[in-house]
Amino acid sequence: MSDRMPERLAVRKTYKLFIGGAFPRSESGRSYVVTDAKGRFTANASQASRKDARDAVAATRKAFPGWSGRTPYNRGQILYRIAEMLEGRRDQFVGELRRAGASKGDAADEVDAAVDRWVWYAGWADKLAAVTGAANPVSGPYFNFSAPEPTGVVAVLAPDSPLLGLVSVVAPVIVSGNTCVVVASEPAPLPSITLAEVLATSDLPGGVVNVLTGRRAEIAPWLASHMDVNALDLTGAAAEDVRALESDAAGNLKRVFRGAETGWTADPGTARMTAFLETKTVWHPMGV
Amino acid sequence: MSTTIRFVRTARFGDAGEVSTETLNGAAELRAFLRGLPGVDRVGAEERAARLASRSIKTTAKAEAIDLAISMVDLTTLEGADTPGKVRALCAKAARPDPSDGTVPKVAAVCVYSDLVDVAVRALAGTGIGVASVATSFPSGRAPLEAKLADTRAAVAAGAAEIDMVIDRGAFLAGDLGKVFDEITAVKEACGTAHLKVILETGELATLDNVRRASWLAMRAGADFIKTSTGKVSPAATLPVTLVMLEAVRDYRAATGRQVGVKPAGGIRTTKDAVRYLVLVNETAGPDWLTPEWFRLGASSLLNDLLMQRRKLSTGVYSGPDYFTLD
Repeated sequence: MSDRMPERLAVRKTYKLFIGGAFPRSESGRSYVVTDAKGRFTANASQASRKDARDAVAATRKAFPGWSGRTPYNRGQILYRIAEMLEGRRDQFVGELRRAGASKGDAADEVDAAVDRWVWYAGWADKLAAVTGAANPVSGPYFNFSAPEPTGVVAVLAPDSPLLGLVSVVAPVIVSGNTCVVVASEPAPLPSITLAEVLATSDLPGGVVNVLTGRRAEIAPWLASHMDVNALDLTGAAAEDVRALESDAAGNLKRVFRGAETGWTADPGTARMTAFLETKTVWHPMGV
Repeated sequence: MSTTIRFVRTARFGDAGEVSTETLNGAAELRAFLRGLPGVDRVGAEERAARLASRSIKTTAKAEAIDLAISMVDLTTLEGADTPGKVRALCAKAARPDPSDGTVPKVAAVCVYSDLVDVAVRALAGTGIGVASVATSFPSGRAPLEAKLADTRAAVAAGAAEIDMVIDRGAFLAGDLGKVFDEITAVKEACGTAHLKVILETGELATLDNVRRASWLAMRAGADFIKTSTGKVSPAATLPVTLVMLEAVRDYRAATGRQVGVKPAGGIRTTKDAVRYLVLVNETAGPDWLTPEWFRLGASSLLNDLLMQRRKLSTGVYSGPDYFTLD
């Protein structure tokens, strides 16, 4: 009896939300069961309520001035840091994706692609202004510049591709200085919370990315109608909900973007970055 | 010092209070009375406040609480950088907090420094909103009595309906209760018909026992309102402190028949906080105090949150700070 070690109890992770740099449970106290590809129990995920969405928007708004005020170069460094942290947790993410049903090879490929996607967008941080801005020719003694500025608080409905899809919708939003509330994939929310652990340890200021897990159909209308949200990415919205969400979003003239949800491995192009930019044009007297 | 108040023993007040039916006079009696007040059970007060704070107020009750809270707000600007323009903007907001919605009640009063009272009085003429002025070298209260009285008289002459004075915390903590008492009575006299709110600055009084003593001291000296804080010291208003003060006004009315108002001020920023205070008032002092005449919330940023919550209830969508005035 004393010569046998007692069997060790497994320490299992509680999957919570990610709001303002912290990991709170849902205000409602609810959770829902996440299953693997074969329908077996994997874990309980927090089921966010509209009040969690409200709190997340408040945290996102609070983070906006600081994040958008950083130099693009610094934002690029931080995005690259996220890629480094993700690379360091490669095995953990492969394991999570395999539990969600991916084969060993597919899971490894997806994590590699996600890391590369962060690096790709990190490189764009200090090049966006040169590509989307301009020195406009005007007939007068003035310089005339157009410069891109972030739209503000963006609500993102992430697609069901649990890691690569998520990274592909979040990175282009924050690279230009926006801050975002992300509603994670409903059937596969767990990699999003593990990704939040990566974000929390990457010098990304708290509140720049906030992750909610739960029922999309429950949370999305509150975000779409929220008067303090400036833009809406409907990538992960169900086709039948799009019309109502667009109509809600019109309440304060949000920018609405709905990209295709296919082919995450393809070259993403700049569409997702430019969708959440405003253009500021200034006139400046020339000469003395 | 000249006060003659009859005290009767009240069942609610407990045995520890040495409350006499004799008519008593003098500084020695005041000290003996205040020292004889029953001590406050700090843990019990905090627990009671926390328990009441967990009440859930929803739907129609919440809508009513929001309107009541708006009508109790003393909209305050007490910055060194206050300008006549800023005060006029604040007065416009006080009269019609939400320009797009006429059903929003107006606030109780506008609270400014004494030199800006005339600006506020002109801006609020005809609205029925009173002007409150801080006085007696707010916020520290460190000035000769003559300067404090001159400050008060100037504010009253300019048209202030309410005076928010600060007590001399240094004298109070040093045990010179007679000095504090005499100052309050002198300021009360200088107020004339204006209401006198006495700021205890509970954040500097260290213990809840002191809060209870200072509350009784202020009420006996003639305060019409007792107010927690200046808003310049942290911690400002807290629920346990307000609980103790509400108990004091309740017991004081039971003993003397005179009702005194309470005003927590500073650090109340959200609708949730405001509703918690309303619950505390209802459960401690009773519904008699649940009107703007007897209970006020000293705040500035709170009003925007109340308006945002109100708009959420009326439109069904979350609002944002972009749609309300900055102040």
